[in-house]
Amino acid sequence: MKKILSLILVSIMAINLIACGGGSNSAATTTTSSGEKVIKIGVFEPQTGENGGGGIQEVYGIRYANSIYNTVNIGGEDYKIELFEVDNKSDKTEAVNAAQKLIAEKVVAVLGSYGSGVSIAAGDYFKEAKTPAIGCSCTNPQVTNGNEYYFRTCFLDPFQGTVMASYAKNHGYKKVAVITQLGDDYSEGLGNFFVRACEQNGIEVVAQEKFQTNEQDFKAILTNIKNADPEFIFAPSSIATAPLILSQARELGIECQIGAGDTWENGTIIENAHGAAEGMVVTTFYEANPATATGEEAIFLNGNGSATGFSNYLTSIGQPADIPAVSALGYDAYLAAYKAIEAAQSIDGAAVRDALAGLSYVGVTGDISFNEDGDANKNAAYVKEVENGKFVFKELVKID
Amino acid sequence: MNLFLQHALTGISVGGCYALIAIGYTLVYGILRLINFAHGDIFMVAGYFMIFSFAVMPFPIAIIVTLIATTVLGIMIEKFAYAPLRQAPRMSVMISAIGVSYLLQNLATYLFTALPKAYPAIPGLKKVIVIGNISTSLVTLLTPIVTIVLVALLLFLVNKTKIGLSMRAVSRDYEAASLMGIKLNQTISFTFAIGSLLAAVGSILYFTDRMTVFPFSGSLPGLKCFVAAVFGGIGSIPGALVGGFFIGICETIIKAIGLSTFSDAFTFIVLIIMLLIRPTGLFGEKNIDKV
Amino acid sequence: MNKLNFKEKTNINLLMYLAIIVVSVTILIFLDMNKFQYNYVISIIEKSLVYAVVALSMNIVTGFTGLFSLGQAGFMALGAYTTAILTIPIASRPNVYYMNGILPALENAIVPIPVALILGGVVAGVFAALIGIPILRLKSDYLAIATLGFSEIIRAVIASPMMDKITNGSYGLKSIPGFKSSLECFAYSLICIVIMILIINSSTGRDFKAVREDEIAARAVGINLFKTKELSFVVSSFFTGIGGGLLAMFMRSIDSKTFQITLTYDILLIVVLGGIGSITGSIVGAFFVTAGKELLRFFDEPLIIGGVQIPLFKPGFRMVIFSILLMIVVLFFRKGLLGGKELSFNKLMKVRRKKNLDEPGGNA
Repeated sequence: MKKILSLILVSIMAINLIACGGGSNSAATTTTSSGEKVIKIGVFEPQTGENGGGGIQEVYGIRYANSIYNTVNIGGEDYKIELFEVDNKSDKTEAVNAAQKLIAEKVVAVLGSYGSGVSIAAGDYFKEAKTPAIGCSCTNPQVTNGNEYYFRTCFLDPFQGTVMASYAKNHGYKKVAVITQLGDDYSEGLGNFFVRACEQNGIEVVAQEKFQTNEQDFKAILTNIKNADPEFIFAPSSIATAPLILSQARELGIECQIGAGDTWENGTIIENAHGAAEGMVVTTFYEANPATATGEEAIFLNGNGSATGFSNYLTSIGQPADIPAVSALGYDAYLAAYKAIEAAQSIDGAAVRDALAGLSYVGVTGDISFNEDGDANKNAAYVKEVENGKFVFKELVKID
Repeated sequence: MNLFLQHALTGISVGGCYALIAIGYTLVYGILRLINFAHGDIFMVAGYFMIFSFAVMPFPIAIIVTLIATTVLGIMIEKFAYAPLRQAPRMSVMISAIGVSYLLQNLATYLFTALPKAYPAIPGLKKVIVIGNISTSLVTLLTPIVTIVLVALLLFLVNKTKIGLSMRAVSRDYEAASLMGIKLNQTISFTFAIGSLLAAVGSILYFTDRMTVFPFSGSLPGLKCFVAAVFGGIGSIPGALVGGFFIGICETIIKAIGLSTFSDAFTFIVLIIMLLIRPTGLFGEKNIDKV
Repeated sequence: MNKLNFKEKTNINLLMYLAIIVVSVTILIFLDMNKFQYNYVISIIEKSLVYAVVALSMNIVTGFTGLFSLGQAGFMALGAYTTAILTIPIASRPNVYYMNGILPALENAIVPIPVALILGGVVAGVFAALIGIPILRLKSDYLAIATLGFSEIIRAVIASPMMDKITNGSYGLKSIPGFKSSLECFAYSLICIVIMILIINSSTGRDFKAVREDEIAARAVGINLFKTKELSFVVSSFFTGIGGGLLAMFMRSIDSKTFQITLTYDILLIVVLGGIGSITGSIVGAFFVTAGKELLRFFDEPLIIGGVQIPLFKPGFRMVIFSILLMIVVLFFRKGLLGGKELSFNKLMKVRRKKNLDEPGGNA
């Protein structure tokens, strides 16, 4: 009896599989009951797992952009743009499945992902399916390298490492320490680029410590760092580890400045570190300035039509009103896809890709055009420090 | 010297927390011959209990609520996931334990998201104390002391009280104990209650020191504490204490000499070496296989 | 079982299995022809096939020999890394090892995919043979935790900076050649599965089961306990290694984080749901779990009925449902879908004929 039951179950599964993979097969448009034509843009972001917290912030930016630019005109006909979100769970195995799901859903373009590892894992699949993908905040060089279908709206780790090193130099730091996470390409990569840039700038790296994924106890490595007596600690790592490193360092009596990459620009870190975050420095993609905002940035910050500005949007869904830089990048990535579809006047993957390659527009985070690797030509990074429990913009570092 | 003392302090403090969790493993294994894979996750959930109770009530009450809630959780897990499998092969129970661990982690991710949540600062505990060149917080100093006091209490409970006697009897011979009129289910529930209670205390000390909780906070400490329990001799409470301190201190040393890569691996190397040269652990009793 | 009809029945069974294979191949060819349309389905099938190989190999040691091993992720890592290192196109290598460079000896080492897969299996098998000598003496749960420990040690070594020039340490490997078509994946998996079934049904396989049922009795009838356990462990690890290689080909990019303990748990769930000690159970279980995880994806998306958002549906819900499902199976259907028995057409027919015979329990 059980066997028959399981046979039936399995056959139902199989039928379901075929059924959900099917659907329309000729074009990537569907028609709703009210007669509107619909195209889909895929959102490939972690909403759970290690990077779930950052991923969801990008999704907010994308959703907000979608609420403003929700129809596109192709060949004289209006198409409604719908987002199709998948959760890649910050996990490479899941990422492949999630990517396949997007491809099967015939999305015109893919946005994401937060965390370079999953983007790298899924990149080959997007390339094969000729689905253009636009990364928002994935900074590892490997994402776009050798993949003509992957673009991104942010700067890269080598650049970010250089910015931090020049920040250290400008502040007269002679001895620095680095903390990186083993098995994490973002953390190790950025740490490495920072070390290289420091060596070029004549800054001595006095300690290089590593920790395991999911580590919660940093006292041992921090004690070593304290003993090496650096003037600056660079600790690029995930949002989860940041408050731990910060508070444990202060507790051990390490008083020097601590800095990190873009991931640390997140309000929860300040909250979780209970004051130990004071003075920490990050490089990031964007600084909101509602007073002087023009063009796209003004729309993003202050709203347009039914939208009432991103801060209000965040409050309306129960989030803190501070604008995370990755949300701005999410917005810009959506905009890139939107403009490319409009420019290509087509929803064909290859045509949209070509349009992206030639695209140039002013986004929220500045002028955006893509180089031959598909990376946004960005030569400036915002340096922010935590003062009185808030990220405060300090300087704009440009590197030519 | 300062460097050494600072490392030693870290190691002892971590070791204290490990010891408290390890006791939970050792008690349960002693009675049910079950590696309670969910124990590390009970520890994690206790962290969340504290966060939410602290938000709505003054801290002494919040601590009590956390301790009670965690204890109840431990007993419920036993009732729902392990008790129905009492007659099943050991492998099934172990799989059920893995299943509970999986469920707790996924449930925590679903309810509280994967983002780390700030652990409340219990007044006074986070005070930084500076002695010479060594700087530490009160909770770091307090942890080993609390651990040793609790272990002493537990030893008294096990050795001198009636319920302790039945715990020992059940762990010596499960069937014979029930034939002698010992209420098996009651004794097992009590064991889980104690294990979870200690995990909750460990959780408060551990997370006060580390300040954030996320759904996977418990998985790695859990495994390490199991190793600590095996090292000390499964079933032996002083063993778990020694094992906890040993693992905590060794781990700190490994990280301190720059081999963080191998800090987790080292724990398992200790386990394997111990299993090979003395499978019963430091203080374990020899088991003879009966045909 | 009725001995007179044994041969005839085996033939029917064999024919039916062949028929299943033919039907599967046809379906796969159809899917491959409409590759972009059925991309998602193909990827689920491929993943299921890979997991089926690994689950069955775990079942050899856990279900058929009664040794609870939790080292799957480690052996998969060995196989996956070996396969990947030996198959990444030479032209892509500088790009892959962009940070630290590659060991000169490996710079031009490339072998055909099947050879790489087998080598991956061999590496895992040899490693298993070495660690098997000490740890197979341990009893059930101790063995489980020791194998789990080794799996973590393998992962730590792979991720360590000392291995940067071989495994690319923290940066992982990418540009691994994938399956050219789902048929390729099907062929590799099928070969592995068939060989494993043949081993399980051979006299060696009977030795495994004898050890599982009663070690002391097995020794009494002249089975060398250690040799049998070691053989089972090595065979299982060999195929786990190949499975890891297949997973690398499926994922096309791997890093040490792929092979965490959760991967072992995933495989264990398949084995448990399918039934410990059931070949068909592992295979069906692999499809059931992999497809199930994907089909439940809609639980993670906000559900809006009549303009009201149903509050339960948010990211993470799917895994909760899945874990509850698992607990239900563990608690109420203790033996899994097939519980130590096999899906067999003979038996199905027998049920139809309403023969009043007791089914032979727990055999293969």
